[in-house]
Amino acid sequence: MNYRGPFRIRADRNRPVPQIEHPYDAIVRVTRSLICGSDLHLYHGMVPDTRVGMTFGHEFTGIVEEIGSGVQKLKVGDHVLVPFNIACGTCPFCKQELYGNCHESNPEATAVGGFFGYAHISGGYDGGQAEYVRVPFADVSPTVIPAGLDIEDAVLLTDVVPTGYQAAEMGGIQKGDTVVVFGAGPVGIMAARCAWLFGAGRVIVIDHIDYRLEFVKKYAFCEAYNFREIDDPVLFLKKQTDWLGADVCIDAVGCEAAGSAMQTITGKKMLLQAGTTTALHWAINSVKKGGIVSVVGVYGPPFNLVPMGSIMNKGITLRANQASVKRLLPKLIDHVMAGRLNPKGIISHRIPLEEISEAYHIFSAKRDNCIKPLLIPPRAAMA
Amino acid sequence: MENVKTEPEKIAGIDREIADTSKDHIPGWGIDADPENDPTYPMKHRTGADYERLNYEKPPQQPVKIEILHSVERPGITRVFGTSTPPSGVSGMIRRWAYKYSEATTAHWMGLIFADRVNAVEGIVDDFKKGTIPNLFKERGWSAEWKYNRQGFIRSAVTGLLVTTAVIAFCTSKRK
Ligand SMILES: NC(=O)c1ccc[n+]([C@@H]2O[C@H](COP(=O)([O-])OP(=O)(O)OC[C@H]3O[C@@H](n4cnc5c(N)ncnc54)[C@H](O)[C@@H]3O)[C@@H](O)[C@H]2O)c1
Ligand SMILES: [Zn+2]
Ligand SMILES: [Zn+2]
Repeated sequence: MNYRGPFRIRADRNRPVPQIEHPYDAIVRVTRSLICGSDLHLYHGMVPDTRVGMTFGHEFTGIVEEIGSGVQKLKVGDHVLVPFNIACGTCPFCKQELYGNCHESNPEATAVGGFFGYAHISGGYDGGQAEYVRVPFADVSPTVIPAGLDIEDAVLLTDVVPTGYQAAEMGGIQKGDTVVVFGAGPVGIMAARCAWLFGAGRVIVIDHIDYRLEFVKKYAFCEAYNFREIDDPVLFLKKQTDWLGADVCIDAVGCEAAGSAMQTITGKKMLLQAGTTTALHWAINSVKKGGIVSVVGVYGPPFNLVPMGSIMNKGITLRANQASVKRLLPKLIDHVMAGRLNPKGIISHRIPLEEISEAYHIFSAKRDNCIKPLLIPPRAAMA
Repeated sequence: MENVKTEPEKIAGIDREIADTSKDHIPGWGIDADPENDPTYPMKHRTGADYERLNYEKPPQQPVKIEILHSVERPGITRVFGTSTPPSGVSGMIRRWAYKYSEATTAHWMGLIFADRVNAVEGIVDDFKKGTIPNLFKERGWSAEWKYNRQGFIRSAVTGLLVTTAVIAFCTSKRK
């Protein structure tokens, strides 16, 4: 794929095949890749330093075609799932398992780690919505897909499953807790599903797209409400939680939240703040005193309007991060293999890579009941 | 003061009622419950590594063959970096300027967003130079809109056409 500017993606057959640039690199031939809600922020032109000509995509599986001289564990022919974080494994942050915050993979910014296909704000790497990708630090994160693990489950383990799981984990959910998840996109759906693994007593999901609310109700065994139908979601949630507020609120929406005209005008139309904080605002106001707000929705630099007064006065603990995929993989592979999680159940569309422009549009405009679109490169489709 | 609403001693707890229902039908319920996962649960596996500062074992340096801009909040580039789309043209000049400012400044980020917009125009010019006419209908995935939201598509196309016609009519009538 070839990014040409906001809302413009070209399926381009004449892209150069990436080369080994570093002894720890591998070149991977992509077998499956996904479009993520994070890609929509790029697609909508919301992320600074998104350059024309770039290839997006940070959720992919592939077969190792070539390895650099320093790669020891991975072998040519291995079929791997590639976590979206590019991590060196030896910097202070990687050593503490903060693989989403590596200090040696992104020269352009210290505030973010290196990710595949996520603009120059995340290191300027071409990504996985392509036929071939250069994968740095090949021995650190890429993981051979275990026998018996479905490739569609594997590709979802590169981001969505760990992100949803970490959202719940950062919530510090205790047995019996009431958990509210804002956003019924792939990440929110997975967060709702994972909240139960920590023993939640009640899981409530808020969104405004009916087909997604219907889906999450069944898929994640939870309650789901449309915020367009409930006037004031904060008041609604207070009533729902015996007037105290939820124990844990999860923001799985990020910087393009709908629901507040003031936020939409200042954040999306005028760019006076880095997108909208409507969901985060609701999360902070509907959590109980001393509650925990866990943020996995992505916000851009430099700043946003956040009700700091409520955070302080209510004694809220705010937790947030990019998912540390490698840290969570062993446990999550186990959950999937044991049938406790069913990631591929959220894939709604299987689309040839050549039709990527249409795939972006369907996912972005929420057409055809789209939850998560999977892209299949031509060579992988033949295999 | 009789019609002031006082709160009952006990509120019929719908929240707890739902929370206490059986979870037997949910695979894996409570399997990872951890009473110690309090707000400070070690998501970060504390090893003290951050106190070693920058004196850690570093991977070899990726050779620099293209222009790489780096944040002024670090002394140099990282050991690896992406090689996609080095800065070029006018947008590249703006990007170089923006990278002189720290990540805490509006100049940095707004400069980059501005460069992105300029870059999109450069992309179109570049296409024409190479003899490619950008196919906006295709790039914007409008065939999917036609397929899944035909009415909406026609409505916005007609509105667009009417507005354009009205604007043209207005401008030409003023000239007379
Ligand atoms: N932290 C991480 O590691 C990480 C990883 C992946 C994705 N993300 C981020 O998570 C977010 C969600 O990703 P996704 O793939 O599910 O995207 P998505 O766009 O498919 O889903 C977002 C959902 O939020 C809903 N929404 C909009 N405004 C809302 C509001 N005010 N309240 C409640 N719901 C609202 C939308 O209708 C949509 O269904 C994005 O910001 C994405 O960038 C973070
Ligand atoms: Zn993603
Ligand atoms: Zn690192």
